Amino acid sequence: MITFDNVTKSYEGKEGTVTAVKNVSFTVNKGDIFGVIGFSGAGKSTLVRCVNLLEEPTSGEVRVNNRDMKSLSAKELREARKKIGMVFQHFNLCESKTVYANVAIPLQLSKTPKKEVEKRVKDLLSFVGLSDKADNYPDQLSGGQKQRVGIARALATSPEVLLCDEATSALDPQTTKAILALLRKVNREFGITVLIITHEMPVIRDICNRVAVMENGEVIESGSVFDVFSRPEAKTTKNFVSSVMQDQLPQSVIKHLSEDGKTHYIYRILFEGEMASQPVLSKVGKQFDLEVNVLHGQITELQEKPFGNLIVEFHGEPERIEEAVALIKENLTVREVDLHEEY
Amino acid sequence: MRSTDWSTFWVRVLEATLETLTMTAFPLFFASLIGIPLGVAVVVTRKGHLFENRAAFFVLNTIVNIVRSVPFIILLVALIPLTRLIVGTTIGTTAAMVPLVIFAAPFIARLVESSLLEVDPGVTEAAKSMGATPWQIIFRFLIPEALSSLVLNLTIATIGLVGASAMAGAIGSGGLGDLAIAYGYQRFHTDVMIVTVILLVIIVQAIQVSGNHLSQAIRRR
Repeated sequence: MITFDNVTKSYEGKEGTVTAVKNVSFTVNKGDIFGVIGFSGAGKSTLVRCVNLLEEPTSGEVRVNNRDMKSLSAKELREARKKIGMVFQHFNLCESKTVYANVAIPLQLSKTPKKEVEKRVKDLLSFVGLSDKADNYPDQLSGGQKQRVGIARALATSPEVLLCDEATSALDPQTTKAILALLRKVNREFGITVLIITHEMPVIRDICNRVAVMENGEVIESGSVFDVFSRPEAKTTKNFVSSVMQDQLPQSVIKHLSEDGKTHYIYRILFEGEMASQPVLSKVGKQFDLEVNVLHGQITELQEKPFGNLIVEFHGEPERIEEAVALIKENLTVREVDLHEEY
Repeated sequence: MRSTDWSTFWVRVLEATLETLTMTAFPLFFASLIGIPLGVAVVVTRKGHLFENRAAFFVLNTIVNIVRSVPFIILLVALIPLTRLIVGTTIGTTAAMVPLVIFAAPFIARLVESSLLEVDPGVTEAAKSMGATPWQIIFRFLIPEALSSLVLNLTIATIGLVGASAMAGAIGSGGLGDLAIAYGYQRFHTDVMIVTVILLVIIVQAIQVSGNHLSQAIRRR
């Protein structure tokens, strides 16, 4: 649906050339909720603006629906933009217009008949749950309500793609959850492909199916959310994952374990889907006569499926522990934890 | 202080008041006709804007600056040949309107510029993202968003015109300024001076209050 092909964007600044986006290549498939995560200044906002050419890439190609956006004429670009909705961090609503007028304006721009506009705006406001606010002005709304208006406006022209630039970053956690649920509904009910830019890992965890991690203008890691959460490679990615998953041993536990001079058999076990609810540990414990001590861990949800990350220590015969680990490995991902490598 | 025969002189005051209002309203209209598009042009031709054009921006910006830097009293005299060319006379209310327009237009352009620049660039970005043409962005986003502030700024321009029209009294334009100079200053009729000042205060107050109300009404339509 959206393909970034070696996209680079640089600016000529007073202190020389600043490259905001460096050789970025990845593809967002139709129906994806694709998240791009990175700290501020990582270049993700610039990247998302390269999709609808609010920023023109210095080199490389962005294709939406197999059309190279840079090859379009001004008129073709405007038509293409109508099929690419965009939602902003600070909503960017027209303060002088009512909620109704804000949602209606994209339709009026393409000279849609008044009756049609009325019906469409009514439907959209009911979809985002703001039917009763049609005649209010943006400054009478809460942040979450404003973003709902922003989403309704972005959906007015029935786009195929929705770009979300930090759509939840100005909202509190509660409101963020509600807006994310709405975005998921947009994705499911209308089959709209969603590209989300964020610095908040909970956003990725809660609704994305695929993710790219950006740092200094480059994509340093990408893949399915499950893969990235279970096997983060880069340090930044690990930090992001740790921010929502307790997947690192606390310093105090490491200190305690490494000071007693004994050999410890510590493993990281990843649970996903149905396996997360199975009593795996207690089973192998009984079968191999082991004591299992959970040192740290958490079970959370990834795309509405349980996803667990436990760090456990086995006490027992070393051979039996090996056998036990081999058995768990048949169904789950297990990795030995080296205390010295942690931190 | 000389005494004034108010039983007949009030007619003169009324005439002068109407002349002042005329010298405010007509130049305001024509100056807006020039100044508003000029202000919009100065905004949209600047770097990174809808119709970025360095040459056009430089020329327009320079013209505005040059005219703005000439004091009105000088403009009044310097424009006499132009005034004769346009209205065929160089004295009276009609003649004063030419320099008033030339004076107010670049002033209005600057005020319009500042109003438009106050509009959140995010709104322009949102407009672009929904496929609006540059003209649609100007007329459906920028101007409506700036309207309330535009009205306040045009109020400032209107009051500026009241002041300038009084100054035009120096070349015999008619109006309250002329009256104050001719009677209050040159003939020592202090009471005339006081009356004209009171009338000017009332006019300026009325303009400011209406401008504030209109601006508020637009903000909360």
